[in-house]
Amino acid sequence: MSKMTTILRIPSATPSSNPVLSRIVQSTPALLLPIIGLLLFLAIWNGVAKSIDTSLGQFPGPAQVLEQAGALVDEHAAQREKADAFYERQETRNAARVAQDPSYVPKIREFTGAPTFFDQIWTSLYTVMVGFFIASVVAVPVGILCGLSKSAYTAINPLIQLFKPVSPLAWLPLVTMVVSALYVSDEPAFSKSFVTSAFTVSLCCLWPTLINTAVGVSNIDKDLLNVSKVLRLTPFAHLTKIVLPSSIPMIFTGLRLSLGIGWMVLIAAEMLAQNPGLGKFVWDEFQNGSSESLARIMVAVLTIGAIGFVLDRLMLSIQRAVSWDKSSVLR
Amino acid sequence: MTGLKTTSILKRLRIASVGVCTALAVSLASVSSVALSKEQQVGWPEKEELKFGFIKLTDMAPLAIAYEKGFFEDEGLYVTLEAQANWKVLLDRVIDGQLDGAHMLAGQPLGATIGFGTESHVVTAFSMDLNGNGITVSNEIWDKMKAHIPTENGKPVHPIKADYLKPVVEEYQNAGKPFNMGMVFPVSTHNYELRYWLAAGGIHPGYYAPHKGDTAGQIDAQALLSVTPPPQMPATMEAGTIYGYCVGEPWNQQAVFKGIGVPVITDYEIWKNNPEKVFGVSQGWAEKYPNTHIRVVKALIRAAMWLDENNNANRPEAVKILSKSTYVGADENVLANSMTGTFEYEKGDKREVPDFNVFFRYNATYPYYSDAIWYLTQMRRWGQISEAKSDDWYKETAKKVYKPEIYAKAALALIAEGKANPADFPEFTTETGFKPPQSEFIDGVTYDGSKPNEYLQQFDIGLKGETVL
Repeated sequence: MSKMTTILRIPSATPSSNPVLSRIVQSTPALLLPIIGLLLFLAIWNGVAKSIDTSLGQFPGPAQVLEQAGALVDEHAAQREKADAFYERQETRNAARVAQDPSYVPKIREFTGAPTFFDQIWTSLYTVMVGFFIASVVAVPVGILCGLSKSAYTAINPLIQLFKPVSPLAWLPLVTMVVSALYVSDEPAFSKSFVTSAFTVSLCCLWPTLINTAVGVSNIDKDLLNVSKVLRLTPFAHLTKIVLPSSIPMIFTGLRLSLGIGWMVLIAAEMLAQNPGLGKFVWDEFQNGSSESLARIMVAVLTIGAIGFVLDRLMLSIQRAVSWDKSSVLR
Repeated sequence: MTGLKTTSILKRLRIASVGVCTALAVSLASVSSVALSKEQQVGWPEKEELKFGFIKLTDMAPLAIAYEKGFFEDEGLYVTLEAQANWKVLLDRVIDGQLDGAHMLAGQPLGATIGFGTESHVVTAFSMDLNGNGITVSNEIWDKMKAHIPTENGKPVHPIKADYLKPVVEEYQNAGKPFNMGMVFPVSTHNYELRYWLAAGGIHPGYYAPHKGDTAGQIDAQALLSVTPPPQMPATMEAGTIYGYCVGEPWNQQAVFKGIGVPVITDYEIWKNNPEKVFGVSQGWAEKYPNTHIRVVKALIRAAMWLDENNNANRPEAVKILSKSTYVGADENVLANSMTGTFEYEKGDKREVPDFNVFFRYNATYPYYSDAIWYLTQMRRWGQISEAKSDDWYKETAKKVYKPEIYAKAALALIAEGKANPADFPEFTTETGFKPPQSEFIDGVTYDGSKPNEYLQQFDIGLKGETVL
């Protein structure tokens, strides 16, 4: 099987007598072509960047971007040192306070410094995961319901079609106001900005999962459904033994699409709502208008792309692992 | 078994009680060693973790310095500073409690309290700086203006009045093109300064009429002013949407560095040592956390002192701190231009303006009632206050918003701790909160804060007396 696919992949490769050499020759294009593409891109970028003069200086080429990436790493390290010093100072201050005021219950507060680039990456990832999780918890059951019952589908379909194309930016003001009105507590577990971002993400990445789940469930093989009927499976057993296993590939196709959309939506939402995360980083740098800003934004752009890519690959491998039809081509 | 447990508990109790005793002893010792009178002592802060908002402008410096130099921590406050997108977001977040306080335009607490824009009682006990703004016009406008400006040794004579802009505005008007300019917020210092400068040169900047639902401020206007957030000013002018703007630093110097415009005047020349930003908190917050409020003001006073110390000796270090991307984030040389006492007008025309940014000297941090009343008079002049108000109303409103009594407590505590010099502050026992009449305005009009209605009578352009639009 695996041999066949390799041969299929490169039909023009001539079979060589040396199996090792032939394998190298065969896998060369797979390795070499992306590298050529990347180098070509860097060369064009470098060339074009030099000829674009913005009011913030020349458009950053690969070299400046790499330099700023280094600077961001240094800043992160410096901020960590400051954080350590902060905690130390806090302990001495707490001790001094207790000495003067014994009723005081000392408490270690979190570092108050500004989040670094890497903190922002973490915030964004965490937010998108929570939003995606909420969306999935809603979308999968509703999708199954729509797939199982034609009338439920007919009832819900107009809503899906209505809300699916809505941009996150249109939702954002509404979500912001609703969250600040309803999410009131003295000791909130999550910050409002986090809840706002997460919900905006959820609203936008609900739809692909919902639709794909519905389609997956409604297209279950008639034979399988008949088996379920013959065996007189209880509704619950029918769901767990027949429906879920056979619709899992489609559910995961939906989830993968959802996560991709969620990641794109999140960056826009953070930018517009000034919620912490990579989007806010980009916006802040734009506002700074320093001669390094564009290069730093470019670092963020590449990071956003890389993370999006990794998230997609992760979902793909999960999809492969849970899919019963290992022969189907997933890409 | 049970016996063993009891003894161990007893042992623990004894250790604990010894601990408490030592702690008590230490506390007694330390209290007696610091000989502060009860009045001067500020109690422990009610709230220790605070979040303050700011806008990316050099005059947020006292906040950054108080944080970086540990002045907040010295007061037992753990402060997070967070840049805000624009002045409206910042004010709304202070009002709804997401922020504990913020770097604000002087007009914001006043505007909010009297209900122009979002209505809410916001107060201030600390004025953050004097001066620090400029008016910039695009290269195109500058070329047209320059023809009218007198020169000396090949350089234009400053201050440049709006009289020289007038022919340009008329030219645009005759061609049927609106003459658009940017300012940062309807109740911003910049709006009033730009209007003051324009009106002093005979250009009508337009009226507001909130009672008719008109909050655009362009009724009868020759120059149409609109809101643009400070960091976006240069880009908006570059795009041709506005021909000029009034904004704080570094956004005027940025225009020079980018070669997209020319600053024509600083606000120092429009009104010498005019009050600029304030540190605002909501009245509810101030009532709930009085000690915290005083301690915040203490830390900010120390930061302001540090910024002006030894004839601006610390300014280069301040510039380094401000250029960090989490604070103002602009390039160091851009920030240094104005922060270190110079100002570059046309490219290469760098002049000394030692008082361009004043953070502490001349009692810059004291919240004068007369400063508040000046802003209120401008709100009346341009119609944001649509009806006539009595002189008493102006004074009452100023007293409702400006809180010199909190400032005095903070300053006295610093003096008692030996961290400040009484000579650097007004004499608190006799200070009325009204500055003596000032006449160092570009049009030479005298301002006496105790007679706001009389002051308004002196202007040709502007609402006064019983006039209602």
